[in-house]
This record gives sequence, structure tokens and C-alpha cells, in this order.
Amino acid sequence: MNNISLTNYTLHLADNALIMGHRNSEWCGHGPVLEQDIALSNIALDHIGQARNFYQYAASLQNNGSTEDSLAFLRDAIDFKNCLLVELPNGDWAQTVLRLFFFSTYQYYLYQQLQNSKDPQLAAIAEKSLKEVTYHLRWSSEWVIRLGDGTGESKQRMLDALENTWSFTGEMFEACDYETEAALAGIGVDLIKVRNEWDEKIASVLFEATLPIHEDVWMQTGGKKGIHTEHLGFILAEMQFLQRAYPGAEW
Amino acid sequence: MMSNENQSWPLWEVFIRSKQGLDHKHAGSLHAADAQMAMENARDVYTRRMEGVSIWVVESKHIHASNPDEAASLYDPANDKAYRHPTFYDLPDEVKHM
Repeated sequence: MNNISLTNYTLHLADNALIMGHRNSEWCGHGPVLEQDIALSNIALDHIGQARNFYQYAASLQNNGSTEDSLAFLRDAIDFKNCLLVELPNGDWAQTVLRLFFFSTYQYYLYQQLQNSKDPQLAAIAEKSLKEVTYHLRWSSEWVIRLGDGTGESKQRMLDALENTWSFTGEMFEACDYETEAALAGIGVDLIKVRNEWDEKIASVLFEATLPIHEDVWMQTGGKKGIHTEHLGFILAEMQFLQRAYPGAEW
Repeated sequence: MMSNENQSWPLWEVFIRSKQGLDHKHAGSLHAADAQMAMENARDVYTRRMEGVSIWVVESKHIHASNPDEAASLYDPANDKAYRHPTFYDLPDEVKHM
């Protein structure tokens, strides 16, 4: 596997974690109750910690003076390789926890395989992150069940969230070129296996939440190759403003 | 919305054991819809900085507290009864941690 593909694969893992963390961090100070505000902020920090580890490794692979900060703050939307799912707006609490549930389930099975990667750095990051993701999965699935099997209003909100989110789930399992290369080299993961495990977990939690399983629908795609929704630009505008306006600013 | 939610979710008391072998100590309280959520909230609110290895939660309404107005009659009588302290015995060296 060549260095560029490995770098792209690492950036893809990093971007997923960073953008998911940024979205969840938007709830900081706005959670429905204090305890859940802290819970989701903790989760956001876990994601950003994962992103840092991947960015540091990507910077060392590039070996051209880039740093974790330049990779996060000085790349444009077309260079970001995150899935569309993580850049979607938070919506209400139902949509936030459902999207996190979909993403955490994906990360859970992905990191399980990535622990055995032939790339020792990626394997180590996956092993460290898996403990965090195990909790994210537990926390988010319980909220999905609580709201799905809750009141009339909470159920309707979960149904709306499913409607808004489902067509963005397929992209996670649609391997792009650097993922295929990584899988062939024994560095990446078998996305078909991840998909099967994901399907099974999603089905069992949605069943417990008395929510319907969506059949195959047309899936949105493009994020992994840099083709994003309009939402990513707004995220970057906010996230990158300070470093763009005051290059090298520290505090 | 926040105050309404808080009014409808019961209050829980949280006890954290900081490491193996030590007692659970009262850490604080929080709101949660049920025991499972209380456990997770306790984990998120009170063990963020490696404070604990074990958590107990109990609904605050199940805790019965002594009345501060009765403190004098409850506790003061023990004040002058030094013979209740086991300080009049010579401990053998083999007995540690007493």
C-alpha cells in the first residue's frame, strides 16, 4: 500500500471522528438536562481525542511539515474525507442520539477489526478508542430505545429522525479506493463484515425501540471522496475561523 | 424546558468507590429517569477524572436522614464516655491497621 493511500485512509478515520466530535460539541451548554449535557460533551471530547491521534499519525506519514492542527484547521471541504452522516445538522435530541447510535455502531465494529491491522499505529489507536466507543454505543442505543419506546411525541421524533438520517447510512460501507487498498494490504477492514454486524445490531436495537427497519433505499454518498453536503462548509467556517484569521494563534 | 425536565425526573444520590478496598463515599446527586440512566449520568458527571472504580446510586427519597434538631440528644451523650474507645488495650504487634 503506498504512502498516499495510507495517509488518505488515516485522514478518513480522523475526519469522521473530528466532524462527529464537532457536531456533538455543539450541544455543550444546550443539553436538555445538565447531566446529559455533560455526557454528550464527554463523548465529543472522546471523538476529538481519537481524531488527534489519527491526525498526528497522518502528519507523520506526510512528513512535509503538516501537523495535527494544520490538517484540522487548514484544509478545505474538498480535502475532508468524512462520511456525510457525521456532518448532518444535529436537529433535535432524537436525531442527535440516533445519528450517534448509527455512527458508534459503525465505529465499534470497524475498530474491532482495525485492532488487528498490520499497521501497528492504527491498531493501537483502534484498541485505545474501542473502550470509549463501547460506551458511546451503550449510551446512544439506550436513548434510541428510551425515545422510540417512549411517549407518542418521542416516538414521532425518532421516526422523523430515521427518515432524515437513514439514507446517509449506506455510505459508511461503500468502500472507496483507499479503503479497498487498505483492506487488501491487511491494514484496513472488511467493510462487508462491518456492514453485516452493523445491520444486526441496528435491527435488534430498533426492534427493542419499537421502530421500523428501513428497507433498502437510495443512499447518499460522496463524502469519502470529498464531495460533501452544504453543511460541511458551515462547520469548517466556524471551526477554522480563528486559525484562518489569525494564523498560528495560540492560547 | 430544563426546569420542567428536572422536576419530572427524580433525584438520585451517588456513591463512588475511589479504588479497590475503600468504601463508597457520597459524591453528590443528580437527576435521572430511572436507575440505568442514573448510573450512566453518575459515570459521566462524577467519574470523568478517574475518580472511581465502582458506583452506587439510590433514589434520594429512599434515604432517611436524622433530624438536625435532635443532634444534641443523639450525639452529645457520647461526649464524656471515653471508656467506649478501645484505647485501653495493648495491641500485639501482629495486629496491623487498627
